[in-house]
Amino acid sequence: MAIRIKQPGLLTTVQDTGRFGQYDIGMSPSGAMDVFSYQVGNYLVGNEEGAAGLEITYFGPEIKFTQGAVIAITGAELPPKINGEEAATWETLAVEEGDVLSFDYLKGGARSYLAIAGGIDVPIFMHSRSTYTLIGLGGFEGRALQEGDELKVGDSDGASDRVGKRVDSNHIPTYSDAPELRVIIGLASYRLTEESLETFLNTEWTVTPDADRIGYRYRGGELEFVERKQPAGAGADQANVVDFGYPVGSIQVPGGVEPIVLNNDAVTGGGYATIGTVISVDRETLAQTKTNDKTHFRSVDLEEAMEARAQRRRQMKEIKETLS
Amino acid sequence: MSSLDTGLPEARYSYGGDEFVFVELAEAMSLKINFRAMAITNRLKEENIEGIVDICPSNASYMIRIDPDVLRPDDLISRLKEIDEAVGDVQGFEIETRVVDVPVLIEDPWTHETLMRFRDRHQDPDSTDLEYGARINGYDTKDDFIEALLGSPWLVTMIGFVPGLPWCYQLVPPEEQIEVPKYIRPRTFTSERAFGFGGGFAVVYPVQGAGGYQLFGTAAAPVLDLSQSLKDFEESIVFPKPGDIFKYRGVDREEYDKIRSTVEDGTFEYWKAEFTFRGDRALENPHAYNGEILGVLYGD
Repeated sequence: MAIRIKQPGLLTTVQDTGRFGQYDIGMSPSGAMDVFSYQVGNYLVGNEEGAAGLEITYFGPEIKFTQGAVIAITGAELPPKINGEEAATWETLAVEEGDVLSFDYLKGGARSYLAIAGGIDVPIFMHSRSTYTLIGLGGFEGRALQEGDELKVGDSDGASDRVGKRVDSNHIPTYSDAPELRVIIGLASYRLTEESLETFLNTEWTVTPDADRIGYRYRGGELEFVERKQPAGAGADQANVVDFGYPVGSIQVPGGVEPIVLNNDAVTGGGYATIGTVISVDRETLAQTKTNDKTHFRSVDLEEAMEARAQRRRQMKEIKETLS
Repeated sequence: MSSLDTGLPEARYSYGGDEFVFVELAEAMSLKINFRAMAITNRLKEENIEGIVDICPSNASYMIRIDPDVLRPDDLISRLKEIDEAVGDVQGFEIETRVVDVPVLIEDPWTHETLMRFRDRHQDPDSTDLEYGARINGYDTKDDFIEALLGSPWLVTMIGFVPGLPWCYQLVPPEEQIEVPKYIRPRTFTSERAFGFGGGFAVVYPVQGAGGYQLFGTAAAPVLDLSQSLKDFEESIVFPKPGDIFKYRGVDREEYDKIRSTVEDGTFEYWKAEFTFRGDRALENPHAYNGEILGVLYGD
């Protein structure tokens, strides 16, 4: 069983939960940016957690199935079509040999996920099938999919029994074009003046065209650093620090005018002052924003982040149980 | 409290969202602070605490990725503070490590082409990165500056950015540390294996890509080998490890090409020696100690 890429869309990559335990050699995790949508897709088609699917960005691909398959499309409002006929999202679907999956224009959100029963079967590299395009490893030949690629799909038993299962509407997210991202302020936030930290939290930021799996850049305000004599090893610019590790989701402000949130494919460290970190649940919200969307950052404490995390865990468990 | 005990600044403990704990030991870089980062993270590794995903020692800081459903960030921080106390001022800090000969072609055609392309992003568009670095560090000639870069060995103090990039801090007294700013705006391109310098750190870029460090040369051998075909990469796709001691050695184009051909035919192996590095000795009399280190690598 395989799928053939007739058109790749804007950026379609093989992703799973990601590559962990290698951050110390500089290996970013990669993996699905919206973990919720990706995982629910696997639940719908009866895959084991961590089976690889496709992450589809902004414009959908055109995909031909060489055999019958059981699939599900979750995430962004990117309306799928099978042989030109509108198809459902957040629902287990059956496709026949020769069927073609395509997509209409994006109506909301930014990233869709295609799950196929059996999972996309590309080689595992360091415990993961996720694509890391910056270095060219993992996924399908270490790169985004191109026209003519043929991807193998793993074996699956009994997935056809699942056809017609759907996620309860109260669990299907709606995507705002002006969301709020919760942030734990910290790291080197002492480098910003108090007024600038306030400005950061009170500004309505706009997502710039530089918004991808590496990072999202924002415009909308100007932030100032506390003037200091730069410490040994840091370099001359006030935005520079002695190079240190960057958490996934951390926010840096090179030059003071362009906050960058680092995503799954970002560099693991560097010399720009970081001021806080988007909480893990809200990285999924960020993943569904796109260029020209607005964003507010709200400061929360660890307790609120942990509560959001626990709530998301409960929700995923409930969805999984209902679908099994 | 620990600032009184160690004479070092108090560490800053911070949450990196719900999945990371970030600890900045000091704002300024020094060899001693890096010894502390290594000592603390090495001890933490030995403890095999459940819920720890990644342990990343950095230059003057370190970072831990956790599964917070298994290990609460505050519980980890409590333990880290205890380890910090125990490590103290790293008296007697010792590591079993390697001294490695790292051949570099200074003023090579590839980084020259790169740096000329991005002159508009540089502090001094009318000179090369090397000329600029020499001037602002008070060297009379470019050659004196190169001699300083290549004369004394370097400690690998952090790995990251992309897989395999070593940050290296020179084993010299603080007043001899070279320092250069990063580019005003980062380049969108850096050639593969570029030997760069930013802040107080020398690096080798593992692959081509964006970057903001000053460019001085190109390393002949890789620091990253995804195919793991070279002998030095049997265990890992990356060669450098924190605590390695690198001796950057200038080579001419002929030797550079010779090394490249051994890399390409798969026979290349770094020239290296095992070594027990003693932190106290590197702080007390670095130049004398460097003489011994290089003796171990090249023979007395």
